[in-house]
Amino acid sequence: MRFIHVACFDDWRSEARGLLSDQIPPTEVHWSAEDDQLGLFDQIQEKAATEKETESRSGNTEPSTRFSVPTPFLDLAGHVACHQDPARWQLLYQTLWRIVHGERRLLEISTDDDVHLLQLMRKAVTRDVHKMKAFVRFRKIETEASAETYIAWHRPDHFIMRLAAPFFSRRFKGMSWTILTPHESAHWNQQQLTYGPGLPASEAPKSDALEDLWKTYYASIFNPARIKVDMMKREMPVRHWPTLPEATLIDDLIRDAPSRVNEMIENYEGFSKTAAHYLPIKQDLRSLQQAVSKCQACHLCNDATQAVFGVGPENARLVLVGEQPGDREDIEGEPFVGPAGELLNTSLHQAGIERREVYLTNVVKHFKFERRGKRRLHKKPDSREIYACRPWLESELAALRPKTVICLGATAAQALLGRDFRLSQQRGRIRMTEWSQQTIATWHPAAILRMPDKNRKREMVQQLIQDLKRGAEFSE
Amino acid sequence: MDVQDKLAILADAAKYDASCSSSGSKATRAGSRIGSTEGMGICHSYTPDGRCISLLKILLTNFCIYDCQYCVNRISSDTPRARFTVPEVVTLTLDFYKRNYIEGLFLSSGIIQNPDYTMEKLTEVAKVLRKEHKYGGYIHLKTIPNANEELIKEAGRWADRLSVNIELPTENDLVQLAPEKKKPTIVKAMQGISEKISESRADRKRGFKSPRFAPAGQSTQMIVGATATPDSKILQTASELYGGQKLKRVYYSAYSPIPHADARLPGQSPPLVREHRLYQADWLLRFYGFEAGELVTQADQNLSLDVDPKLAWALANRHYFPVDVNSACREQLLRIPGIGTRSVKRLLKIRRFQHIRTCDLKKLKVAWNRAKYFVLTSDHNPALKNLDMLDLDRKLRPATQQLMLFDAMQSATSGEV
Repeated sequence: MRFIHVACFDDWRSEARGLLSDQIPPTEVHWSAEDDQLGLFDQIQEKAATEKETESRSGNTEPSTRFSVPTPFLDLAGHVACHQDPARWQLLYQTLWRIVHGERRLLEISTDDDVHLLQLMRKAVTRDVHKMKAFVRFRKIETEASAETYIAWHRPDHFIMRLAAPFFSRRFKGMSWTILTPHESAHWNQQQLTYGPGLPASEAPKSDALEDLWKTYYASIFNPARIKVDMMKREMPVRHWPTLPEATLIDDLIRDAPSRVNEMIENYEGFSKTAAHYLPIKQDLRSLQQAVSKCQACHLCNDATQAVFGVGPENARLVLVGEQPGDREDIEGEPFVGPAGELLNTSLHQAGIERREVYLTNVVKHFKFERRGKRRLHKKPDSREIYACRPWLESELAALRPKTVICLGATAAQALLGRDFRLSQQRGRIRMTEWSQQTIATWHPAAILRMPDKNRKREMVQQLIQDLKRGAEFSE
Repeated sequence: MDVQDKLAILADAAKYDASCSSSGSKATRAGSRIGSTEGMGICHSYTPDGRCISLLKILLTNFCIYDCQYCVNRISSDTPRARFTVPEVVTLTLDFYKRNYIEGLFLSSGIIQNPDYTMEKLTEVAKVLRKEHKYGGYIHLKTIPNANEELIKEAGRWADRLSVNIELPTENDLVQLAPEKKKPTIVKAMQGISEKISESRADRKRGFKSPRFAPAGQSTQMIVGATATPDSKILQTASELYGGQKLKRVYYSAYSPIPHADARLPGQSPPLVREHRLYQADWLLRFYGFEAGELVTQADQNLSLDVDPKLAWALANRHYFPVDVNSACREQLLRIPGIGTRSVKRLLKIRRFQHIRTCDLKKLKVAWNRAKYFVLTSDHNPALKNLDMLDLDRKLRPATQQLMLFDAMQSATSGEV
């Protein structure tokens, strides 16, 4: 029986080489690792080991005992050597013996007991290396002359510092860092990787100001509607939690999740129905107009006097779409009869268009306002109200099939031309939409009335007239 | 509003994007001082929802001009809004990266002003990281459909991966829930990216030193469960995307209750098992030689929720079995329930040296409980007598729903079915 003592892969390699050339079968060798407890025969072992070493060296130089080992085995052995199981050296030698003695392709048979065990060990080591790459958390310390150093303490399951450290030097090339583990430490000074003795966690910095920000991120990216705690624990084993700053949040996040989900399911915003719910079966203009008075898709119907539907001939080739009825329109029940309507009338006149030949309507059918004393001030409809009301406008356009639609103002333009439409940049351009061959957007007369700058106001009126004219020409 | 408040809002807003993958870029960019990409991504942390944190996944802003009903950031939502500046995102990314919290940045954004403006800002973040900070880590940029071609080109130069979300499986779903998004526009954007990727690859193959374009490819995401579209349609869409647009990954995201939910889409628990089955089916499409059409065996055109899609297929196609593990070809082995690609590879190797017995299969860690009914081994396999029994279905269905859920999780990570 030979007693052999090895500390690392290179030790094992040279020992194994000697043993093989001496033709010592695995059953004749007892391997022990450095971290084994001191045993009764320790003295003998050491003696045997030194004897063995001299022997093997002399044996190795003899050219007659050379043998070759497949490269995959060396790679496998290099990893398995980092495993914490003391039995690894024995298992490696046993497998090596079999490979050299007639079973050259042994490694390809993953169902063989030895190979299977070795593969499991390699898997454990590779996983541990991977987890080290993932779970090392650096803490920054500022040293003199504003130089930054990053220090981390990590507890791997196996002796993997040297397998993992080169990765960190590639990744954090331009950064000085130190990683401490109980067995070994590694240090990178932006040029060279050096190793030192293992150190306890107390040697690493206690905190880093940035960890609060990291925890904020961790808590915010978590989706309480999906709880899979087992999955998290399998991939992020609890034994690593003490060195992960974010792990302190986990308990609270899990505890609060159910109530947060309930809250989300119970609370919703907006209107569950749209006007589509109130559309009549027969969708000609007359039936639509009768149906609109019953519409309760959004809450605007509560305060408005009445729904204001479009007016104009059924065979109109030109449709003008505004935003919503105003104070006067709300009372009279007809679009564009207030001050803005007056401006529109004169503009139509100047553009040579007969108002009674045009169909006039709005995107939103009810008046939205804010009460200020006795007055009712116009308020812009929001996207929910526009969405809820939209089926009315779509049905009107479907019934009319006009040649040209002129959108007055941004609300109408965005409703028909897309939400990224910018009136100030794209006014007057002709576009095709699913409702008409030509759609043009121009100023809303009310916006012109509100413009304080006189010159600008005049210019806008001219542009409105010009756009109306163009629209009319195309609808000819 | 300080960076911490913004981070809380803009990370919260980004969590519905399922992708957190940081793999695919095989070599670190030349000249990098901080950061590397070596092919395989690393998950640096896990949240209790079982999802990994690999990337700093945030929105540049959650202001948005669109009104997609399933989205927490739609214009009509009351959610609090915030907007990061470009330097803020750059600093945050570097600070997190240097502490080894993350593998890189996944930057998306609500649409502000117009698609071009938004795309420009996203690209600027990537460019500053690469050029000014010599950052070599992973960057995934969400591409805004409709954005100018030149901007996409620029984005692809600095990013590792680009993605355009297909959002919903069919055109009709889009009309219903996201009327402002048009499928042709989305597909055209994907096509554009896909062409640029293959162009740049071809140039480099020919030996030209053309700049790399999105070396980690492109991916997309669709939300499942927000509309009634069945799994068969979803898988068909996915398979078209893999074939036509050469996507690396299609992500399926179970429609999950969101804060500030839209009344138009009533709240519900996310269909997690369904999402998981779709991922399994997706894997079968990409690595197991299955066709989208054959995977859905149920009458309602959905995948079975009780058993995985491969097992469901096997139960519906028993004439295909038993498969002899000692003589069957790779394609046949891949169709055996409970045996994954890795096991198949090993089986093919071992077969050259010895006969395969039932105990060998168990040692390979195949899911023997499922596989045993379908395989012929060199020794006696007593379970095989059940193959033609009528009650095999019942034997294979899980005893309780709960147990099955946990089973499902394991293969959700490994992707093996």
